[in-house]
Amino acid sequence: MAKLTYAQAIRQVIQEEMRRDERVFVMGEDVEKLGGVFGTTRDLYKEFGTDRIRNTPISESAIVGAALGAACAGMRPIAELMYWDFAFVCADQIFNQMAKTRYVFGGNAKIPMVLRSQQGTGRGNAATHSQSLESIFMHIPGLKVACPSTPAEAAGLLRTAIRDDNPVCFFEHKALYITKGEVPDDPEFMIPFGKADVKREGTDVTIVANLLYVGRALEAADALAKEGISAEVIDPRTLVPFDYDTVAESVKKTGRLVVVHEAHQNNGWGAQVVSQVGQMVFPYLDAAPVHIGAKACPLPFNPGLEAAVIPSIQEIVDACKAACYFS
Amino acid sequence: MIDKKTGLWIYNKMNEIRDFEETAWTLFTENKLRGSVHLYTGEEAVAASVCAQLTDEDLIASTHRGHGHCIAKGAELDKALAELMGKATGYCKGRSGSMHIADFSKGNLGANAIVGGGIPIATGGALALKMQKKPNVAVAFFGDGASNQGTFHESINMAAVWKLPCVYVVENNQFGMTVPVWQSTSVEDISVRGAGYGIPGETVDGNDVVAVYEAFARAKERALKGEGPSIIECKTYRWRGHWTGDPEVYRTREEVEDWKEHRDPIKRFREYLVAQKLATEQELDEIEAAAAKKMEAAVEFAMNSPEPDPAHVLDDVFYEG
Repeated sequence: MAKLTYAQAIRQVIQEEMRRDERVFVMGEDVEKLGGVFGTTRDLYKEFGTDRIRNTPISESAIVGAALGAACAGMRPIAELMYWDFAFVCADQIFNQMAKTRYVFGGNAKIPMVLRSQQGTGRGNAATHSQSLESIFMHIPGLKVACPSTPAEAAGLLRTAIRDDNPVCFFEHKALYITKGEVPDDPEFMIPFGKADVKREGTDVTIVANLLYVGRALEAADALAKEGISAEVIDPRTLVPFDYDTVAESVKKTGRLVVVHEAHQNNGWGAQVVSQVGQMVFPYLDAAPVHIGAKACPLPFNPGLEAAVIPSIQEIVDACKAACYFS
Repeated sequence: MIDKKTGLWIYNKMNEIRDFEETAWTLFTENKLRGSVHLYTGEEAVAASVCAQLTDEDLIASTHRGHGHCIAKGAELDKALAELMGKATGYCKGRSGSMHIADFSKGNLGANAIVGGGIPIATGGALALKMQKKPNVAVAFFGDGASNQGTFHESINMAAVWKLPCVYVVENNQFGMTVPVWQSTSVEDISVRGAGYGIPGETVDGNDVVAVYEAFARAKERALKGEGPSIIECKTYRWRGHWTGDPEVYRTREEVEDWKEHRDPIKRFREYLVAQKLATEQELDEIEAAAAKKMEAAVEFAMNSPEPDPAHVLDDVFYEG
């Protein structure tokens, strides 16, 4: 085990996978000398050269489309968008091309590519650089969606993504890059997709959260414990495929479900989880499943305003207490 | 120069494409075929002259008007027509119809239903070829309309910066759906846009096989030498409407008839082959007859093919392996 930051864990896996398989390469804006805004490819160009750590023009459609074309022609690209918000600049290449190529070609294509980027609040990036957009990617069939919340998961999920023969959208959170944690040294360490992780066991209420909100859900669980409520916290880790079974089993035990994400609450992925799990475990429910997320408002710049839009730890606590008839 | 073998290959492909398109038209009017069908009739010289210079290791990305490119790049008429008819035996198992025929084994990275959607994909194919150090090229086929999309600019700039072995073939068929080129496009010759990327651009008569063939040979040679991409604009004309149901309110019957009468690429190439003594009338008649026969067999195959089984509709969203 080595103690690495989330950014270092990502960098290490990219390095190991590029050593292992010469078809793997990185293309994106400022990935070379800068190593990306958050250093996830820092200095890798020194080892692999600028062909394989490839600075691109600021041309998101060409970045995604060329990565797709290269994947069709036998490479295994890791394409990077600087912010997930920029996915709207190249939406056709992601949603109409990358997602659908295999299916529309009658299954006669493998698309081994990873599209990485980061998202979320916390750095004062305002409305077009702070969104949490994973729900949109879950809506279009053909894309796998991974959301690591710890350095170890960033490593294990990214290795799985790079070796997957399908397009994987890899969602990192900008506020997690500096967080530290133990990461297995094993260069074969992989976390399978579609397998949720129970981050904390509990008996009274199940909290499902991803990315930054896994940590916040755990903080909420600590606060709830002080009031005698035992919360179980589950991180789905991948949203496509989604491990509904692990969540359903938990809710059968607790009878209560609270889903929380930084993505907007309106039509956010939590609604899907509430719907799906609600149907699976309806007879076991002791309270209506609850889904909280950012308010339906563009993300503002001012820290106080930003905090007012995204869910607070207190909101998570209050939602859990309400579900447990505590308020 | 086009030798006899290449000339006959091109002539055959042009006839196969023409027969395929006109058969698709007939089947559409007989309600045996539905959906968005964009016919390539009249533009055959471009696909055939370019693909005559490609192997299965060379890559193409095509368009919504893609039947011609796919056939020239090795698609079988029977499987292609079966796909247009939505049959289980089609290239895409009946899931995609006219606009998504692909065959990676033949270097065809796919037709593409989004205007300009395939340009970055061909560029990425060229990137792969370069990184794999293969002696091959990628070709992006697209229309005049796509040259006004952002993907055109982004891709060609990227390919020029990276000196990718990619050739951008613009088929200027005079209309983006119903809008004439003069009303949508800032330049008369789209090839002049190459100057904006510091690469060669050349405009040729797209209904002249020899002109297209020679321009592409130059662009391919440059690409293989590692000197980067080129733009070739082929001025041509589609005989049919934008799609099979197009009322064609934007042009006159006389204009269409004039192109058919005086600039038919197949007729012109036939005359060329005979004048150059590359083929006899009889040889060319035989090629035409063989193409027609192949097309009849394709219709038979497609008509008698089974519908896809809805039980498998969810297959292949992801590769499971």
